[in-house]
Amino acid sequence: MKILVAVKRVVDYAVKVRVRPDRTAVDTASVKMSMNPFCEIAVEEALRLREAGAAAEVIAATVGPAQAADTLRTALAMGADRAVHVLHDPDPARPLLPLAVAKVLRALALQENPGLVILGKQAIDDDCNQTGQMLAALLNWPQGTFASKVIIDKDKQKATVEREVDGGTETICLDLPAVITTDLRLNQPRYATLPNIMKAKSKVIKKVTPSELNVDIRSDMEVVQVDEPPKRKAGVILSSVDELIDKLKNEARVL
Amino acid sequence: MAMAAALVARALRRVRAGGARNVAGEALRRLVSTLVVAEHEGGLVKPSSLSALAAAEAVAKDNKVSLLLAGSGPALHKAAEHAASSHPLVNEVLVADSDIFAHPLAEPWAELLRSVQQKGRYSHVIASSTSFGKNLLPRAAALLDVSPVTDVTAISEPRVFVRPIYAGNALCTVRYTGENPCMMSIRSTSFSPTTESMSETKVAPITQVDLSFLSEASSSKSSWVNLTSQDTERPDLANARVVVTGGRGLKSAENFKLLEQLAEKLGAAVGATRAAVDAGYVPNELQVGQTGKIVAPELYIAFGVSGAIQHLAGMRDSKVIVAVNKDADAPIFQVADYGIVGDLFEVLGELLEKIPDKK
Repeated sequence: MKILVAVKRVVDYAVKVRVRPDRTAVDTASVKMSMNPFCEIAVEEALRLREAGAAAEVIAATVGPAQAADTLRTALAMGADRAVHVLHDPDPARPLLPLAVAKVLRALALQENPGLVILGKQAIDDDCNQTGQMLAALLNWPQGTFASKVIIDKDKQKATVEREVDGGTETICLDLPAVITTDLRLNQPRYATLPNIMKAKSKVIKKVTPSELNVDIRSDMEVVQVDEPPKRKAGVILSSVDELIDKLKNEARVL
Repeated sequence: MAMAAALVARALRRVRAGGARNVAGEALRRLVSTLVVAEHEGGLVKPSSLSALAAAEAVAKDNKVSLLLAGSGPALHKAAEHAASSHPLVNEVLVADSDIFAHPLAEPWAELLRSVQQKGRYSHVIASSTSFGKNLLPRAAALLDVSPVTDVTAISEPRVFVRPIYAGNALCTVRYTGENPCMMSIRSTSFSPTTESMSETKVAPITQVDLSFLSEASSSKSSWVNLTSQDTERPDLANARVVVTGGRGLKSAENFKLLEQLAEKLGAAVGATRAAVDAGYVPNELQVGQTGKIVAPELYIAFGVSGAIQHLAGMRDSKVIVAVNKDADAPIFQVADYGIVGDLFEVLGELLEKIPDKK
């Protein structure tokens, strides 16, 4: 079975972003970029499944501009076998939407016939949490979102997925092929070792465009403006618990 | 209907006067009707779904709302009765009664949503951004070839929304320019349910949804196995008026019991940071943060929480924030209204002594 893993290049999770003064977008000009943390977890899970014998090949894919190839190189360095780069140049006013990405991934899945597609549950830039679910719908495959554990039964062609939901942990069982989106506690991704980074340079990245895949990337969303969140007024450091209780009762009136 | 006719008539007059053909289309598009996809528990519509109704009102004051409930058994029917008088805008309650909906599986639910939307032709579809809504809405949207807007915190026009991005470090205002329906999930902390009680005369009719669209194939690819949750008397984290959160500084699951004692006295819910959950002190459903629960209580007290960006994303809209941490440079103090730099166990101990038991 093949596993297709979709990855996204995003602003690094530790960066404190700033809104551009013209309020059109967040400033990503000279900011550190990395693979989306949830996508790292997705790559890691795919690799573990291959190492356990549940899959034969791991293919990494991304939709993005030329620099997005860096993210594919990281996936290859972690251990993915090959990669596909669907080229798309961003337009901040008309963002690339999850529906368009899902349509691209569907086209790739129809070409590659994987038994599993694994994605991060959300990208930490737009925080949409939509692509995996949409891809599953377009392929008419079942979905296991927010996965904290995945067990594949090769003989029965089923995936048992434990999911983190509001009320606790839910377990569902899916027929393969299926789409899984990863939550934080699914695994701890490996670091790419230097020898693997060197090896990755000779792995194949196939370049393709959305039109070659017959996918229309239409955007039904216009960004009107981007603002900073309301600032909280500065707080005070108190010197005792008595003072705290007093302030909460009499000043803030929440106690 | 009279209003619809008047709008169309006005639009047609503009067309005849030489305006764009689009205008009639525009007028029809402006007729707002909304499908609210609701959740229920114990025979009642959940508070998060009541927030979705408040959002429907924000879309349009004269919105016509159909509220969709699914499941099976007497609890479903009790919830339908609750829904029928839950909000003045609820025009009808749609009930999908089948064992297939006994559990919140996305696959049959998405087909249900698609079928109901195709029959009802609503201009808007709203679900609350709970794990159920997040799992379902995008799948249903893709079936309808629509891009939804997720995690909406404000609605300024029927098709203009504000949503947080970059863990809430920026707020993005977007305009949806696609075909109907305009689909969205809303953050329940941003839309308080209407507290006004409804007059007795308005009780919406309850209609059974025709389930003939469900095929063998719909439900066979996925099955529900079980749900493990913490047995607790604490109020629901998402709705609690007071939240008491512990971070890595609590050091053990045992110490979290001290927090529970404080929570008991304050009638509060208990929350946790990712670090505390990862360390195994508490189960995952207590996690507050960018990818955990979003809360906005009246009072949020954080013990031993450093204040990482991802945690702040989940609680920065709390009315009053209190932080207790031995590190004076912890980022949490930048958002706290009141802070105490000190040993959290000493502070916790003192609070437990001085705060009376809840009556």
